Amino acid sequence: MGIRELQGYASFFMTIFLVVMLYGYIVYLYRSEKKGKKDYEKLGKIALDDELDSTPINTSDPLPTDNKEQNK
Amino acid sequence: MQSNAALEYDYSVAKLFTYTTILFGFLGMLIGTLIAAQLAFPELNYLLGEYGTFSRLRPLHTNIVIYGFTLSGVWATFYYSGQRVLKVSMAESKFIMAVGKIHFWLYFVAALAAVVSLLLGFTQSKEYAQMEWPFDIVVVLIWVLWGIAMFGLIGIRREKALYISMWYYIACFLGIAMLYLFNNMSVPTYFVSGNVGNILHSVSMYSGTNDALVQWWFGHNAVAFGFTVPIVAMIYYFLPKESGQAVYSYKLSLLSFWGLMFVYLWAGSHHLLWSTVPDWMQTMGSVFSVVLILPSWGSAINMLLTMKGEWNQLTENPLIKFMVLASTFYMLSTLEGPIQAIKSVNAIAHFTDWIPGHVHDGVLGWVVFMIMAALFHMAPRMFKREIYSKKLMEAQFWLQTTAVVLYFTSMWIAGITQGMMWRAVDEYGNLMYSFIDTVTVLHPYYAIRALAGVLYLTGFLMFAYNMFKTMTSSRELSEEPQFRSPMA
Ligand code: HEM
Repeated sequence: MGIRELQGYASFFMTIFLVVMLYGYIVYLYRSEKKGKKDYEKLGKIALDDELDSTPINTSDPLPTDNKEQNK
Repeated sequence: MQSNAALEYDYSVAKLFTYTTILFGFLGMLIGTLIAAQLAFPELNYLLGEYGTFSRLRPLHTNIVIYGFTLSGVWATFYYSGQRVLKVSMAESKFIMAVGKIHFWLYFVAALAAVVSLLLGFTQSKEYAQMEWPFDIVVVLIWVLWGIAMFGLIGIRREKALYISMWYYIACFLGIAMLYLFNNMSVPTYFVSGNVGNILHSVSMYSGTNDALVQWWFGHNAVAFGFTVPIVAMIYYFLPKESGQAVYSYKLSLLSFWGLMFVYLWAGSHHLLWSTVPDWMQTMGSVFSVVLILPSWGSAINMLLTMKGEWNQLTENPLIKFMVLASTFYMLSTLEGPIQAIKSVNAIAHFTDWIPGHVHDGVLGWVVFMIMAALFHMAPRMFKREIYSKKLMEAQFWLQTTAVVLYFTSMWIAGITQGMMWRAVDEYGNLMYSFIDTVTVLHPYYAIRALAGVLYLTGFLMFAYNMFKTMTSSRELSEEPQFRSPMA
């Protein structure tokens, strides 16, 4: 098998791999929120509440607070 | 780092880049308007000897609007919003402050020198990578300085979660670094051609089809990481902040981000359809271009949905108008591009005016609108004065929107006419038209585009004037506005 063919296979399988990873990530995001384990929408507040002294959220994996209404 | 009650965000670097955004925006669009007029009225080529010809000015136009205007805008907004979403002030680190300032001044001097060098005709002859190797080295330095400032700020941040805008700025940084380095690998001709070459003039290290492939891998992704990614970074911060509405779906923003990163890099070969590039690669370019609609629309729709229930703001606040129009034009051009990347469509579209038409509905409608809106939003916070005139802003909005529409509609018609005429054959298979026939037919559309240029440039001057008055003589504000920008 020549280098060209190897490159071809490598690129094909890498594409498949990345697609699976991307879909896996999407499923993970939505599922963990649906199960009430995470609340990513909180992170959207960072842009609105951006004073130097406002309270940071401090984790990119925020846990949900009581109100679930906000999840979309 | 220590907390200090009197601590404030420090906008000195953001302000400097704001000035250059306006300066280079004006200069670049002035030249754009001139070259548009030259295409309609060729006599205009002879105003300034060799320095005034279309071929000399066109790269000047593209380089100034990309590396002058857009990059300045990216940095102005980064040095502004970066601090805010990280909740850390530049003033907290003397080192980062110094790096930011050196970043600006090195950039400014290099940009001016690059303008002069291109005007004098020094060029590597690769589109968007015309600057000769000494400039490339300075560009790398400037880029590294930005990196130090950005990761420095990230290093001392109070908000540990990185807001989505920061992801996009980081992607812009990494993407361009990689593209720029690989595409600009070149050798001075002095070393490869004996004594006849020149130490200052270089040629690409790649040749033939490989060179073309690297060039368009770079060229297309320069659009991705220069005209898309950092502008998306802006809209994710400025639209929510100005409207007071958190982004509609943060998860959608995350997955659009990764989708965009994944897909964009493979689409570049759509610039080389029907060329000597391997067939499978062309097909891959087409396919990935079409898939690219998804992550692009993901971000754009997310922005439009952010306004859900708040559409009244569209009529009340011209800044929202600018941003909503920007994301609408983003949707238009990210639909148009994939259409042009379909092989059969490309057979008609390639080399025609439809391509600059596509480029400019993207840049004029999306990039420039978003950058202007961001600077308008920043002005009252940076200069502690309200925006000088809402009326002027409204007038500017309509003038420039008209101009964009005139630009791309005239180029759609011109491009498709051109494409059809070039390939038209009579019953014996002879070409029906010679080149000059197409030129004659296209003249009115070129004239319309030149008019569009004049209108758009006028709008930009209105923006510059409004900003200038805001900085100098508008009513002073006693405290920083939270969401909606105050304007007179
Ligand atoms: C007043 C506004 C502007 C006018 C009138 C204008 C006009 C033009 C003209 C006449 C061309 C050459 C087209 C050809 O060779 O057939 C061009 C090319 C180009 N312009 Fe502009 N321009 C404007 C603003 C901008 C801005 C703001 C940007 C980017 C931020 C931009 C990016 C480009 C690019 C990337 C090209 C090369 C397109 C290609 O190679 O297909 N232009 N422009």
